[in-house]
Amino acid sequence: MTIDRSSHLKRLEDESIHIMREVAAEFRNPVMLYSIGKDSSVMLHLAMKAFFPAKPPFPLLHVDTTWKFREMIRFRDETARRLGLRLIVHTNPDGLARNVNPFEHGSSYYTHVMKTEALKQALTAHGFDAAFGGARRDEEASRAKERIFSFRSASHGWDPKNQRPELWHLYNTRIAPGESIRVFPLSNWTELDIWEYIRAEEIPIVPLYFAAERPVVERDGMLILADDDRLPLDPGQRPQPRLVRFRTLGCYPLTAATESPAATLDEIVREIMDARRSERSGRLIDHDEQSSMERKKREGYF
Amino acid sequence: MPTANPAGRGLLRFLTCGSVDDGKSTLIGRLLYETRVVFDDHIDAVTRASRRHGTTGEDVDLALLVDGLEAEREQGITIDVAYRYFATARRKFIVADTPGHEQYTRNMATGASNSDLAVLLVDARKGVLPQTRRHAYIAHLLGIRQVVVAINKIDLVDFDQARFDAIEADFRRFAEGLRFQAMVVIPLSARYGDNLTERSPRTPWYAGPTLLGHLETVPVDQDLAALPFRMPVQWVNRPNLDFRGLSGTIAGGRVRPGDAVVVAASGQGTTVARIVTADGDRDRADAGEAVTLTFAEEIDASRGDVIAAPDARPEVSDQFAAHVVWMHEAPLYPGRPYLLKAGARTVTATVSEIKHRVDVNSLSHLAAKELHLNEIGFCNLSLSAPIAFDPYEANRETGGFILIDRLSNATLGAGMISFGLRRATNIHWQALDVDKLARAAMKGQKPGILWFTGLSGAGKSTVANLVEKKLLAEGRHTYVLDGDNVRHGLNRDLGFTETDRIENIRRVAETAKLFVDAGLIVLVSFISPFRSERRMARELVEADEFIEVFVDTPIDECRKRDPKGLYAKADAGQIKNFTGIDSPYEPPENPELRIDTTSATPDALASRIVEELRRRGIIG
Repeated sequence: MTIDRSSHLKRLEDESIHIMREVAAEFRNPVMLYSIGKDSSVMLHLAMKAFFPAKPPFPLLHVDTTWKFREMIRFRDETARRLGLRLIVHTNPDGLARNVNPFEHGSSYYTHVMKTEALKQALTAHGFDAAFGGARRDEEASRAKERIFSFRSASHGWDPKNQRPELWHLYNTRIAPGESIRVFPLSNWTELDIWEYIRAEEIPIVPLYFAAERPVVERDGMLILADDDRLPLDPGQRPQPRLVRFRTLGCYPLTAATESPAATLDEIVREIMDARRSERSGRLIDHDEQSSMERKKREGYF
Repeated sequence: MPTANPAGRGLLRFLTCGSVDDGKSTLIGRLLYETRVVFDDHIDAVTRASRRHGTTGEDVDLALLVDGLEAEREQGITIDVAYRYFATARRKFIVADTPGHEQYTRNMATGASNSDLAVLLVDARKGVLPQTRRHAYIAHLLGIRQVVVAINKIDLVDFDQARFDAIEADFRRFAEGLRFQAMVVIPLSARYGDNLTERSPRTPWYAGPTLLGHLETVPVDQDLAALPFRMPVQWVNRPNLDFRGLSGTIAGGRVRPGDAVVVAASGQGTTVARIVTADGDRDRADAGEAVTLTFAEEIDASRGDVIAAPDARPEVSDQFAAHVVWMHEAPLYPGRPYLLKAGARTVTATVSEIKHRVDVNSLSHLAAKELHLNEIGFCNLSLSAPIAFDPYEANRETGGFILIDRLSNATLGAGMISFGLRRATNIHWQALDVDKLARAAMKGQKPGILWFTGLSGAGKSTVANLVEKKLLAEGRHTYVLDGDNVRHGLNRDLGFTETDRIENIRRVAETAKLFVDAGLIVLVSFISPFRSERRMARELVEADEFIEVFVDTPIDECRKRDPKGLYAKADAGQIKNFTGIDSPYEPPENPELRIDTTSATPDALASRIVEELRRRGIIG
């Protein structure tokens, strides 16, 4: 099954490809943030299309917190090998040395050190002047107002009140040395668009998105997968097998599973259409405080 | 959300605009709510936020679903463009929510540039306001031909038909001059949902469509594929020696293998060989599609070129007339160089003349010497190189451009091209046989400009005079252009406003360039306070011909010297726009030479400058 030429998916695809080519043509040293999730999978698929028959003229960057699901890491390495792309993996060495983790340090501090700081380190070390991210505007209120080409100061900060107007498909790509631009080619896609596109284009995704019996424990009403033996358990607590899947993938201690029997793409699409809770409701870090995403983004989070 | 054909839904992009408190955010919040885009956890969050920021008492304030950023929540207004998404069985919708505040014209223009349709909100109690007219005009200017006038808060006028009819008549009278293709007027209550997704029993007198019903069915493709073929080249695809393709998004028309095409600027022709995509070669591609073309005979084309139909080519010119929407706090000044990006091409451009400014409330034309934030002007532009374009009315993608500041890189404005200026194509450069190198060689020197910049009283003229004496003594051929002297003649019609200062420098720079062409060493001694004009002067000549000398004397020292008594007058308020006092001086960031007049004599400094000329090979 491929997508209808007149459909909204085709128009979204064309727009994303246009954005990627603009970056390849105008920036000296771009990189694609690859987070292994479904949105990254779609973004990477679009990049393969945008430059065909050439390969995408930029590497992939994965910020590894060391707390990702093991299946994600396996999938990441397989994907880079299958597509013949250069993959850069970066972990914050300072956070690693201090063993910063979501249990002892709290999700907010942990995210800051292992994700935001790590990302800034990698971008600075390689001198990337443009970085693709898979964020969508329908995910969260502060993202709805971010530009497709989102300017970042030399310290990677975002100023929501001082964004460049973005008209037609004319993107202002000019920056001073040290500054950079975050580019969001999936800005106009919704969660449903992503799933419909994955189904139509048969894009490989991490199996965790499909329902299976997995060992989980319940924490504050959230189902957490016991992905390895680093997950601290209460006395007498044992992971129980439950039929679950993930709507979004991140660090396993911070990403809740949902009980679901959806084991195929058709079933997932149907489930998304009927869903009554947003996908990021499974992300523990977003709930820390009101407007937490906007604050994180100003500090340099994607 | 039922989806009959999930892979085959169409797409409608529209924007909502209205004055403050017309209920835009509530309308979008309700559309999201009714089409079940809003999730329970978002509603929970909004219920929490309603208690803190809401304006609807005990009800959940649906507007809070839309007002995203913290600052906005606190001010209770939308301050930027926000994009929202929902879908029905028939269409996916992208909504640009743009603010109604007077000063935010730029955001609305931004939202309108990618929209097919505009929903204009009118408060039934207030009727058509100046802002309503402004929004209708901007929508029209940005090329939107489909308009819905939503007369909102109809519940607050007791669903009164006479009130509705009066507002509709008022709006139609105003909109006559705007040539909208289609206009639908709907009585609405965004808060309670009347005529939103279902016909309201409380407006039995209304026989038209509901808002959502109309959005789902309105025809929007003004058939871009029927336009002449255009593809701006974005990227040259060259993975190996056997493949060379040009990648881009088709901006108008359609293309098939075998079609004859030309490179618009050069007129070079060829035939399309293949339409290459990752999903296999195509036998046709239409406007809006991102493709890669290969050609039967190789052509000389790269990023920035436009591939076009040979029998319906775009205009190619370095001068055109356009409407410009100004989007920045720093005003637009005629003569100031900006970067212009159109399609995949970026060139230097200046506004050579503001023909008039448009008063968006009355649509009347006013005289203007500069353009301020949120103002719209009809301007002549002059570019450093010709570009290919279409009138904006014919094609939004090939007729629009943005203007960028060359120093801060901020996006300053957006433009819609009306027509090329023919005279540009008829004035050709006269090629001359004797050139500046020949003239300079006769004098045993290389021509160049020594550009002295600094505050009034810094010592520019003093040092420049000494340099000229020393050069003359060596038998060099020089000329001094002095700020005060030039203002007695060439520039005596100019004052000291920012606009006039820019023109002052432009004329001096062009004059200096002529002297360089004559083979002379030109000493220019002007305050020249703005970086962008000094940069313009620099770019008029070859890179090694421009030597910027920053006469860096602190203002306190200049004030103490005050050789012409000007600081005393300026401090007393008798001179306006005096550099360093009520007009800014932007010091050079990378001058070739910086001289400090407080630590050396003028003569010693002049000798240093002559040595620098020798080091640079200007003199032997």
